[in-house]
Amino acid sequence: MIALSDVHKCFGDNRVLQGVNLEIASGTSMVIIGGSGTGKSVLLKCILGLVRPDQGTITLDGQDVTKADRDAFLARFGMLFQGGALFDSLKVWENVAFRLVRGPKALPKAQAREIAIEKLRRVGLKPTVADLYPAELSGGMQKRVGLARAIAAEPEIIFFDEPTTGLDPIMAGVINDLIREIVTEMGATAMTITHDMSSVRAIADNVAMLHGGVIRWTGPVSEMDATPDPYVQQFIHGRADGPIESVR
Amino acid sequence: MTAVLGALGRPVLQSVAAVGRVVLFAGAILGHILRPPFYLRELGHSILQIGWYSLPVVGLTAIFTGGALALQIYAGGSRFNAESVVPSIVAIGMTRELGPVLGGLMVAARVASSIAAEIGTMKVTEQIDALVTLSTNPLKYLAVPRVVAATLSMPVLVAVGDAIGIMGGWLVGITRLDFNSAAYIKNTVDFLETWDVGSGLVKGAVFGFIVALMGCYHGMNSARGAQGVGAATKSAVVSASVLILAANYALTELFFTS
Repeated sequence: MIALSDVHKCFGDNRVLQGVNLEIASGTSMVIIGGSGTGKSVLLKCILGLVRPDQGTITLDGQDVTKADRDAFLARFGMLFQGGALFDSLKVWENVAFRLVRGPKALPKAQAREIAIEKLRRVGLKPTVADLYPAELSGGMQKRVGLARAIAAEPEIIFFDEPTTGLDPIMAGVINDLIREIVTEMGATAMTITHDMSSVRAIADNVAMLHGGVIRWTGPVSEMDATPDPYVQQFIHGRADGPIESVR
Repeated sequence: MTAVLGALGRPVLQSVAAVGRVVLFAGAILGHILRPPFYLRELGHSILQIGWYSLPVVGLTAIFTGGALALQIYAGGSRFNAESVVPSIVAIGMTRELGPVLGGLMVAARVASSIAAEIGTMKVTEQIDALVTLSTNPLKYLAVPRVVAATLSMPVLVAVGDAIGIMGGWLVGITRLDFNSAAYIKNTVDFLETWDVGSGLVKGAVFGFIVALMGCYHGMNSARGAQGVGAATKSAVVSASVLILAANYALTELFFTS
């Protein structure tokens, strides 16, 4: 289980996180929603240790993430970045197999390539894509490669940062379905940050809304539409009027 | 009065802090060089990019510099009937100073900019964050191979530049200044000492370290967006060039004034 307790983070005068409390049970899919600039990505990066919180604790299975062995801790994670974050200088299969060919449990290159091709196939890409460079792929294909890289080492926990941003609705639907299928078949814990409501409905078991630096509401996705919380209602219906200022 | 002192003190403190950050960054890189894992493929790729692909620009710079140097020394030497020193001064000038300094500046323009732009873009596009999540230290994976490659490649580039520069002087000497080819070569060889060449190679290694260090430092600390990457690239070239000239003076004092 991932647990965040009273997590604060400031950048200069900008208090992005102001006491976030959240629990994500193992094997469940949590989606964090919230407007642009509300700190969703910062929250995710705090969990991964890419950003150090100013205050509060983040634990993974009861162990403080800031005190855990970094390599062992990160080995449990996979992450799909918003823009894919594929390494331009490496071929697609080398991107997917990046973790597999490095570290103390490094696999032989041929075996890692086989696994990479299998993962590419799993996300709907043909083996011929393996020897291309990321710049030769469309945005949707890059997202799929990023997804293949995130699951290549079969992590226990997968983070998805805005998985459908910049994709057309059909491709976004394909990516959402892939994420749901993969998370279910791997039994992984998933945390997704998005402001795309179709992603929320496709991916989430539970939803948390981040606004004003705190979690305003959290609950099962099935209860999201019925909640009277005005922040959630304004956000999920995309209304300009409501407690969330449209100009932030 | 306090406001004036404050205005003067702030940039000084910022400069000292910046120097401190660069020193810590360099220390971190040096600390990683001998510790596994070693990224040999990245090292080989960096040697190719920094060393091999810089050969044309270093060679062209050297041949024109050697030729111009020969003309200048001949013109200056003729004022006191010392035209015969052209071969030895061209050789000493190229190996001790012009080879390493001009080579270093050309490599700074070509390599520091490309390293800063590449790493800066990687930072902007979250590739550096991705490296961390894949249990890979970005400093070790990106900076160490480039710094080692530049430090190893630059002396080779300087040696090649020295040879081409001396050849440029020889070409001008025999075609424009009526030197006898055999006599020009004999003069060059007789007056050139091992340390003339060796000191230039040591300078080359130091300049290579500076070039890659500045490229990596500014790339890793690039601000977000295209403007941030552009600023990092510019800072890398400017700081590498100034540091090369400053280090050249310090090394010349160290090597030749005692």
